[in-house]
Amino acid sequence: MTFLTGQIIAGLLVGAFYAMIALGYSMVYGIIRLINFAHGDLYMVGAFVGFSLFGVAGAVSRNGMLVAAGIVVLVMCLVGILGVAIERVAYRPLRRAPLLSVMITALGMSLILENGVLVTPGWGSLYLVYPVGLSSQGLTILGYQLTLGQLELAIIAIVLMAALYLFVQLTMTGKAMRAIAIDKDASALMGINVDIVIAITFFMGAALAGIAGVMGGMYYGQINYLMGFDLGLKAFTAAVLGGIGNIPGAVLGGFLLGVLESIGGGYLGSEWASVFSFSILILLLVVRPTGILGEKLGARM
Amino acid sequence: MIGQNIARKGPDVRRYSWAGILLAIVAVALVPHFDPDPYLISVATLAFVYMGLALGLNMVVGYAGLLDLGYAAFFAVGAYGSAILATTYHWPLLATAPAVVLMAIVAGLIIGGPTLRLRSDYLAIVTLGFGEITQITANNLQITGGATGIFDIPPLSLFGWQLLQPVDYYYVLLGMVVLYAIITWRLRRSKIGRAWLAIREDEDAALAMGINTVRYKIYAYVGGAVFASLIGLVYGAAMTAIAPTSFGYPESVLCIVAVLIGGMGSIPGMLVGGFLVEAVPEALRNLADFRLLLFGVVMVLVMIFRPQGVWPAQSMRWAKRLTGAARPADVPAAQGEDLGS
Repeated sequence: MTFLTGQIIAGLLVGAFYAMIALGYSMVYGIIRLINFAHGDLYMVGAFVGFSLFGVAGAVSRNGMLVAAGIVVLVMCLVGILGVAIERVAYRPLRRAPLLSVMITALGMSLILENGVLVTPGWGSLYLVYPVGLSSQGLTILGYQLTLGQLELAIIAIVLMAALYLFVQLTMTGKAMRAIAIDKDASALMGINVDIVIAITFFMGAALAGIAGVMGGMYYGQINYLMGFDLGLKAFTAAVLGGIGNIPGAVLGGFLLGVLESIGGGYLGSEWASVFSFSILILLLVVRPTGILGEKLGARM
Repeated sequence: MIGQNIARKGPDVRRYSWAGILLAIVAVALVPHFDPDPYLISVATLAFVYMGLALGLNMVVGYAGLLDLGYAAFFAVGAYGSAILATTYHWPLLATAPAVVLMAIVAGLIIGGPTLRLRSDYLAIVTLGFGEITQITANNLQITGGATGIFDIPPLSLFGWQLLQPVDYYYVLLGMVVLYAIITWRLRRSKIGRAWLAIREDEDAALAMGINTVRYKIYAYVGGAVFASLIGLVYGAAMTAIAPTSFGYPESVLCIVAVLIGGMGSIPGMLVGGFLVEAVPEALRNLADFRLLLFGVVMVLVMIFRPQGVWPAQSMRWAKRLTGAARPADVPAAQGEDLGS
């Protein structure tokens, strides 16, 4: 029983990362119906940019929390701008092109990000040890050993996701996003600047992926240029699990997938955890392709 | 169809094209007689592997318009399936072919069956997951030899002939490429091929015309799976050893790039594309890390500026001239008598 509780708590922690990335997938998919294959790699880029900035700033324990917070905000802005740039250069010219062309472009962008990091001097292909770790002060929840740092990460993730949800629900821009998701052309006729709202969506999704990258680097302690690939795939699974295009669904799907994978991996062996997640994805598409909270969505478009 | 009459070529043109194709095959077949560098033969053999894979994937991506990001998984199914049967169970390698085909069909139905009913982007992500599952499985099972893979795969023997030399596999794979080209060319002009193109151009319209779109998409996907698995079988025999690293995501991407550069739907394009994805990295050997970066840039640029590839399928070329449209799917489904596509 303790084993199971432990796996569930570990799963919830990993699930927070899945949820943060899944949000980006879901928002972009909701607004322009594109699976942004490059999204998982934005998480990876965020981890690397954070790695370099922390390296420049030196150890945070000496500089205090303020510097760390500043760096995190800077990473969010940089990765957010990168997301907007990708949309502008690669996706916008193809907005009226067939789905196949846009998906291939997205795949190409993913390769460019991964291998761009690979060839960047100082980053490269090896696993890099993250310069900042987490507070290792321990505390015990339901008999499970947890560090304070892990708990902090989970709280930051939840706060950010709640903020995003409120932004989309309460602000004018959020309302515009929801309008575009329903009907892009009609929204344009109502005076919404579609290009800018799409750019804002990409910025927010990418910024969230960026901070998730920094948090992932701290959590796992090491980073690699391929870290975004696997995670992106799982986050997409999470988004589908919760119902793609749906923000609370993406969060729910992220946590659920994290827990399922942790339990499955716990019993089958951790090398099979990914196989377990992808099998869930395939099974889900057979049983309930709209996901848990998904509305009825047309089978094809 | 309007395009058909305009695009039909005269009989002379067609005869010359046939002569050209035959001449090209004979020329390629004669290459080993001039005793070239063994390195050249090995590069050419691998180029044939990619050409064969590109021809198979062309059915899926080029004809039916489905994005398969885990194509190397079927290549792995063929290579591992035949290698396990041949080494652990001591089957003659050729006898594993029907079993390999069966495995590919079953795998294709398991992955494609549920997914092809949904929007086509789900297929992309599920196949991506399938590719990962396959590689992880090959890496962790005892029977697949884990990370070291399988050694001492017996050679193919055809009618009592043991194929031991690298040159033998040059010919076997050349033969397969020619065969695949002929099969896909005939398929393209059959009822199935017309259905695929109709689905690619407008799935809803195809459905409205009474085409069972799910069934034809499954045909394309499973057909591609079978093509890749047989190439995998021969690849294992040619290399005598296989390891999980040869069947990962980068290999699936290379297949997509080959189809894309060549020109989706175009058979000569697949040969050009298959050749390029093998030859360019060989030429840039000391820039190995830049290989996938380069291919990523190529993918984005091709999609934005030249979606029809370097050797476009003629239906697109004609249709483009007729309508002035730049993108394959923007044009009406004008299908010419396209010998080469």
